[in-house]
Amino acid sequence: MFYREAGDFKTSYPDDSQTFPIRFDRLGYYAVLLLGFVVLPFVLNDYWTNAVFIPFLIYAIAALGLNILVGYCGQLSLGTGGFMAVGAYACYKLTTAFPDINIVFHILGAGIITAGVGLLFGLPSLRIKGFYLAVATLAAQFFLVWLFNRVPWFYNYSASGQISMPERTVFGIAVTGAQVAPWAGYMVCLVFVVVLAWMARNLTRGATGRKWMAIRDMDIAAEIIGVNPLRAKLTAFAVSSFYVGIAGALFFSVYLGAVEVGEAFGIEKSFAVLFMIIIGGLGSIFGSFAGAAFMVVLPVLIKLVLVDSWGWPTDLAAHIRLMIVGALIIIFLIAEPHGMAQLWRVTKDKLRLWPFPH
Amino acid sequence: MKLKLATLALATGLMGGVLTAAPAMADLVFPSLSYRTGPYAANGIPFADGYADYMTLLNERDGGIGGEKVKLLECETGYNTEKGVECYESTKGSGALVYQPLSTGITYQLIPKASADGIPMLTSGYGRTSAADGKVFKWIFNFPANYWDGASIMVKYLLSQNNDSLKGKKIALVYHNSAYGKEPIRTLQELEKMYGFKLSLIPVDHPGQEQKSQWLQIRRDKPDYVLMWGWGVMNPVAIQEAANIRFPMDHFIGIWWSGSENDVKPVGAKADGYKALNFNGVGDDFPVYGDLKKYVYDAGKAAGAGDQKGTVLYNRGLYAAFLVTQAAKLAQQDTGKPQITPADMRDALEKLDISDKVMADAGMAGFGATFKVSCANHGGPGEAKVNQWDAKAGKWKVVTDWITSDKKVIDPLIEEDAAAYAKENNITPRADCN
Repeated sequence: MFYREAGDFKTSYPDDSQTFPIRFDRLGYYAVLLLGFVVLPFVLNDYWTNAVFIPFLIYAIAALGLNILVGYCGQLSLGTGGFMAVGAYACYKLTTAFPDINIVFHILGAGIITAGVGLLFGLPSLRIKGFYLAVATLAAQFFLVWLFNRVPWFYNYSASGQISMPERTVFGIAVTGAQVAPWAGYMVCLVFVVVLAWMARNLTRGATGRKWMAIRDMDIAAEIIGVNPLRAKLTAFAVSSFYVGIAGALFFSVYLGAVEVGEAFGIEKSFAVLFMIIIGGLGSIFGSFAGAAFMVVLPVLIKLVLVDSWGWPTDLAAHIRLMIVGALIIIFLIAEPHGMAQLWRVTKDKLRLWPFPH
Repeated sequence: MKLKLATLALATGLMGGVLTAAPAMADLVFPSLSYRTGPYAANGIPFADGYADYMTLLNERDGGIGGEKVKLLECETGYNTEKGVECYESTKGSGALVYQPLSTGITYQLIPKASADGIPMLTSGYGRTSAADGKVFKWIFNFPANYWDGASIMVKYLLSQNNDSLKGKKIALVYHNSAYGKEPIRTLQELEKMYGFKLSLIPVDHPGQEQKSQWLQIRRDKPDYVLMWGWGVMNPVAIQEAANIRFPMDHFIGIWWSGSENDVKPVGAKADGYKALNFNGVGDDFPVYGDLKKYVYDAGKAAGAGDQKGTVLYNRGLYAAFLVTQAAKLAQQDTGKPQITPADMRDALEKLDISDKVMADAGMAGFGATFKVSCANHGGPGEAKVNQWDAKAGKWKVVTDWITSDKKVIDPLIEEDAAAYAKENNITPRADCN
């Protein structure tokens, strides 16, 4: 009834090809932005920011990045944790070497450095495909973690091998370190998420994204119609690593404040982000967000209900939580193999006809 | 649409339930960031049980501390820093008095957060060693001993075994490749220069279930002694591998986190003679156990499965609870109020005086070293005993008296590291203490 194209007349090409052609969607999008930028910063407390929203936003960036590589370009990668580590350590080295430069530029710089590293590890993708590429990126994962553990220069020769984030400010307001107001860290992450998601959306529906998708669907056919596989694959690796690097830098600087590479950026992280995009939906911007929300918010919610509300023993709740999340993943994949994004698409199609389906 | 409304209603309902479930502010709240799941659970469970049982004992026997009931807030971290942060954030608003996360990684996360929020943290025998410098780390305590003490005590013990000379000896350090395992390296390198032994470093990556290559290297190098900084599943695997290569067990010494029953029992008779440091009492031959039996075990109020009593890590949990509840008592005396704040708690921790009498009064005579905390020294005396595993009896034997670490070596290192931390984080060392 409300959710429909009818009556919403497009009179120009940009109007016609916009991201949200349906007014209801568009309004919803603006409402979410308004909620995120204007309402949430005032209502969030420490707990909801640090335990739910900041990790959600950061994982959303990482999932966006991996989705570009796996979902759009079809190059399977298990190196996400390692690339996040590159982002984190690059951010740490940059900010300790140049403390006077704004942290935002360091985070961007960390993204660019990670893009370079990703490019390097993307080179084998020109020769190998599928599972074999997954193994090559797995090597990147282990090599990078080993490197940051092994070479003291990366952690400034600290006794424990940990890197910890000093206080940094944006417009005079602390965004890293201990004295951060909940809204400040949240806002930094939110701005990065919105800009990067907007960029990802426009990259993937433009020529670059179409080349990636052509490579994904059939690389030989793509080559025949004039897509350069070298450029398409390497740009996908670079852009994807840029996103993942920024996620790693934020993860270290804004979220945790101190990390240990083996624990924070281990192979589990690579799998977690991969699960996010599989559950959320491969090749979908919305899917990246949905998957990140599923993997970050659900465990916290289960814990809140089981332990804090029902008073169950913590170990029982931790085990049950694993089982619930695991079962939900399986159910999801059986019920909707294309992820939550597909579920959302189906819902939208149904909504168009609601309440009078034929 | 219906579905979405239903989820929305469910979500609001859940949130409502969560908000109303916040604990009453009237109790003395002690959060316990425990881990009863994951690869470190074998060591996390006894500690958490001991901590919880001591708090239960106080509630049942004494009606709490100074008339105020103790409320234990347990939160599962799985030894994972992200979950640790989540636990900290979810418990700090409920009046938490002191944090003891039992994880060096989580400690590193929480040092700046807890300092900013004004909640003290006690990391007995783990965490950041330089937190012993109270001038820089106002809110953090790590008495009675830290890793650098541990390294020094081990070397001192080895000196006593070798007629005060380690010249030309080969010592290997098998360590958990994390902040925890890397802590002692700096001190050991310093001691290497002093005593002329040769140190080799052998890292084991998390979680440490696979150590064949490390022990192959040890078999090839034939070190005279192996020291270990291990935790969780890494411990029994290392001891098993040492047994497999027939490394002499009495030349294999673990830190206090590598010396629990759960670490040696899986290896069976071959673990006989393995040594480890320890800074708390072993066994259940203390008067406090009579009370625990009467008020906790027999009343069916024991935490967990109730099968951990008397083990090394259970006792360490008791000891950790004993230290902070003593501080809470002291804070109540000083402020004259039964309800204390985290700031009162911090002041009391800084004045804590654990004498023989205090321990005897708690039914724990000789349970730990005697010490006084001061404004400048948050690290305590740095004393530990060497325990040796007797596989036949299935018991840890205490084979030495208290060994004190070499403060001449450690103090300058602590000062240097604390100064570096202060500089990095723009902290002005407190001028009000010497």
